[in-house]
Amino acid sequence: MSESLNGKGLALVPRAEGKQTLKDFKSDQEVRWCPGCGDYAILAAVQSFMPELGIKRENTVFVSGIGCSSRFPYYMNTYGFHSIHGRAPAIATGLAASRPDLSVWVITGDGDALSIGGNHLIHALRRNINLNILLFNNRIYGLTKGQYSPTSEIGKITKSTPMGSLDKPFNPISLAVGAEAGFVARTIDSDRKHLHSVLREAAAHQGTSLVEIYQNCNIFNDNAFEQLKDPEKRDVITLRLEHGQPIANATQAVKVAPTGGLEVVARDSIAESEILVHNVHNPDPSLAFALSRLDEPAFQHVPIGIFRSVDRPSYDSLMSEQLEMAVAQRGQGDLDELLQGGDTWKIS
Amino acid sequence: MTKQVQQLDRVIIRFAGDSGDGMQLTGDRFTAETASFGNDLSTLPNFPAEIRAPAGTLPGVSSFQLHFADHDILTPGDAPNVLVAMNPAALKANISDLPRGADIIANADEFTKRNLQKVGYDANPLEDESLAEWRLHSVPLTSLTVKALEEFDISKKDAERAKNMFALGLLSWLYGRPVEATIKFIETKFAKKPAIAKSNVAAFNAGYNYGETTEAFSVSYEIKPAPLKAGLYRNISGNQALAYGLIAASVQAKLPLFLGSYPITPASDILHELSKHKRFGIRTFQAEDEIAGVGAALGAAFGGALGVTTTSGPGVALKAETVGLAVVTELPLIVVDVQRAGPSTGMPTKTEQTDLLMALYGRNGESPVPVIAPATPSDCFDAAIEAARIAVKYRTPVMLLSDGYLANGSEPWKLPTAAELPDISVPYTVEPNGEDGVTFLPFKRDTETLARPWAIPGTPGLEHRIGGIEKADGTGNISYDPNNHDLMVRLRQAKIDGIDVPDLEVDDPDGDARVLVLGWGSTYGPIAAATRRVRRGGAKVAQAHLRHLNPFPKNIGEVLKAYDKVLLPEINLGQLALLLRAKFLVDIISYNRVRGLPFKAEELAGVIQEVIDSE
Repeated sequence: MSESLNGKGLALVPRAEGKQTLKDFKSDQEVRWCPGCGDYAILAAVQSFMPELGIKRENTVFVSGIGCSSRFPYYMNTYGFHSIHGRAPAIATGLAASRPDLSVWVITGDGDALSIGGNHLIHALRRNINLNILLFNNRIYGLTKGQYSPTSEIGKITKSTPMGSLDKPFNPISLAVGAEAGFVARTIDSDRKHLHSVLREAAAHQGTSLVEIYQNCNIFNDNAFEQLKDPEKRDVITLRLEHGQPIANATQAVKVAPTGGLEVVARDSIAESEILVHNVHNPDPSLAFALSRLDEPAFQHVPIGIFRSVDRPSYDSLMSEQLEMAVAQRGQGDLDELLQGGDTWKIS
Repeated sequence: MTKQVQQLDRVIIRFAGDSGDGMQLTGDRFTAETASFGNDLSTLPNFPAEIRAPAGTLPGVSSFQLHFADHDILTPGDAPNVLVAMNPAALKANISDLPRGADIIANADEFTKRNLQKVGYDANPLEDESLAEWRLHSVPLTSLTVKALEEFDISKKDAERAKNMFALGLLSWLYGRPVEATIKFIETKFAKKPAIAKSNVAAFNAGYNYGETTEAFSVSYEIKPAPLKAGLYRNISGNQALAYGLIAASVQAKLPLFLGSYPITPASDILHELSKHKRFGIRTFQAEDEIAGVGAALGAAFGGALGVTTTSGPGVALKAETVGLAVVTELPLIVVDVQRAGPSTGMPTKTEQTDLLMALYGRNGESPVPVIAPATPSDCFDAAIEAARIAVKYRTPVMLLSDGYLANGSEPWKLPTAAELPDISVPYTVEPNGEDGVTFLPFKRDTETLARPWAIPGTPGLEHRIGGIEKADGTGNISYDPNNHDLMVRLRQAKIDGIDVPDLEVDDPDGDARVLVLGWGSTYGPIAAATRRVRRGGAKVAQAHLRHLNPFPKNIGEVLKAYDKVLLPEINLGQLALLLRAKFLVDIISYNRVRGLPFKAEELAGVIQEVIDSE
């Protein structure tokens, strides 16, 4: 676990006794995604990652909404709750708030989290309940067979938008930073090593972590992230975010623009000292927001990694504190005392 | 001057004023005094949804009615004997409910030309002869209050605002109420503003002394304490009783209570009350919306909590999908619907019984849910425990249908002790239930209750996945098998149909009545009071009241068929009647009024008598 992050996310979750393996986390259910779907890679990455956390499997819960990705819990041999469209953050909130001894993971997609469940998502983020939200973003509706999603690019031709979609997409990272989420990161289905590193930090973070995972839907929106996977282009486009490191790759670098925002310039056009050094702990979300805007226009330069990791008390821990304080101040509740409180009178 | 004291067996007082005049507080205090005196009582607050409607207008009138007696009573009373009218609007809005000969105590200071015009009085009714049929006491409450508070260092506005305490003092004298508790209450309420506390106490005392000394009131009244059953009592509203019932249910079920709720009239007070009792390990979560409220409660239930959500009709509409998820995942959940006038926003502060069919059927698919309705404010306590008992034992969402009348109305409550309450605890499942001793089958049912195991996260070896997609009987694996779906639909229905519900009791003193009057929920008081009246008049009528709306008591069909006629008053257009007609082929006679108000006993007595008299 990284020392740079608070590491309290799993503090109350009991540790596993023996060593766990990937097999322990595979359920006996047949996986039913389309062959070639990016979800397989994410599932395999999560299954292989979970043993590393070293927490009791029975204290791990996956909660999902509706959509292709939301089938995920069935394939994890943990506790799981496949709920209803958009509501997974709400259901997970009740679970995590009442059971601080659980590691709760929300699996959601761009439609589930940002359309029908947008309200629950932003409120989970602002409340900072101890949840890890994995948002599989494939920029399309898969389960309903190919309508545009709230992350589809403008002009998207789909069954419901034969002349092109009209609405501007959400950028999930901008949205999460705008809601002042404590932990916001982006990774990609095809890079298991990076996925692991981000999940590790997300789990360690106490409070709500949002991880956007670029995920390919090979049926309805194939190659949506191809530029990030193409060995010839990816290193030019991708900007790896690492705490304490300059935000740059071999050809591009990020600097503060005269306007106050950020801009990407040719690396050899500026001095090293001018390159913005990434600070995930910056309490001011402005720079993280500016970083999230760098992929506009789409995929000229895409930051990948942890945008923001800021400590603040989680809702569930504050809630528990209030309960403890109430008991400390006035003692445990007593039913007879409660009922007989207030103005009473006796009839004999 | 020694004043005459007249004995009365009961009185109905209505305090009415502008919504900023503090009428609810005045009514509450008079109620507390009356309760501690030992009368039986019943209350009916009636207020606008607007927090402060324009001052002095008819929509801004807020009132509080209190019925108290030297015997046991069932309703807040049909028509007031006394109207306290703090302004012309209060008089105009309430005069039509006032029988001839009743007392009117009007605040003369507020009957100004401008205030009279606001409500369309051409002349001052306190000065012309238009109120001759009533006993009018025109009292300058505001100026008397201001005069009494001259020596206090407070603004004129603050002095004027104490007029409700002056009125309370006057009424307290008039009906011989004990005053110590009110004085203590004022001192506590304004503890941080000593000048306001002192001036309000002074206004209260001034009102009391005014009654004692002025010639305007020559008679005071005595209403002896009621011979209620021996025990310790307190006055309680339906919402408070419901909150206490949920706390008691949590204790008796040995489960931590988790409330997910979104504020809505008239249910918010349950959220407020439960939020105060964190010492019981209660977690209250004010969610971002109604859907999140029930979602969080269901999530907590998956984690082993007693999950509760509280709302009113519009909120139930929003929660429907999640309640369906609770049905199919078979988790315990309590959904409290404090019904209000609908459809849509309707009349938020007014009462109705119009959510019965929504509670039963307002979801997609075959989605059976038990439904329970309390009969009186204090009964909300027992109904909450019963809802929890069923939810936990059968692992099902339960709808609890209170309403605005029960929620805000109050009555004396004989306090139970914790030791008298039922143990409703059910252990979590902690062992595998498969034949091989290793496998866990999340949908293998208890053979008696048909409930599935409740295995909560943190239990080793029982890891399993639930969800909204149809599950195979036993294993809980996703299943699209047609026969399995048919089986699961029937099993879920059979589980609810098989819930142990007590038989319907019939009150038929001589056993030979030919007419049964049936009710459910908050109509109990008016129906029982009407039944008494009819019986006093010499006619025979049986009465029964349904608490369990789903499943019905096993004997309900027999009861319905044992009478020539069944009369069913409902504050809707006949929702229960529709169900009973369909299920039991009985020609129910419906009586329906949907005015946002409870029935009046006199009105129902007339209807019952008519049914008895008709061929």
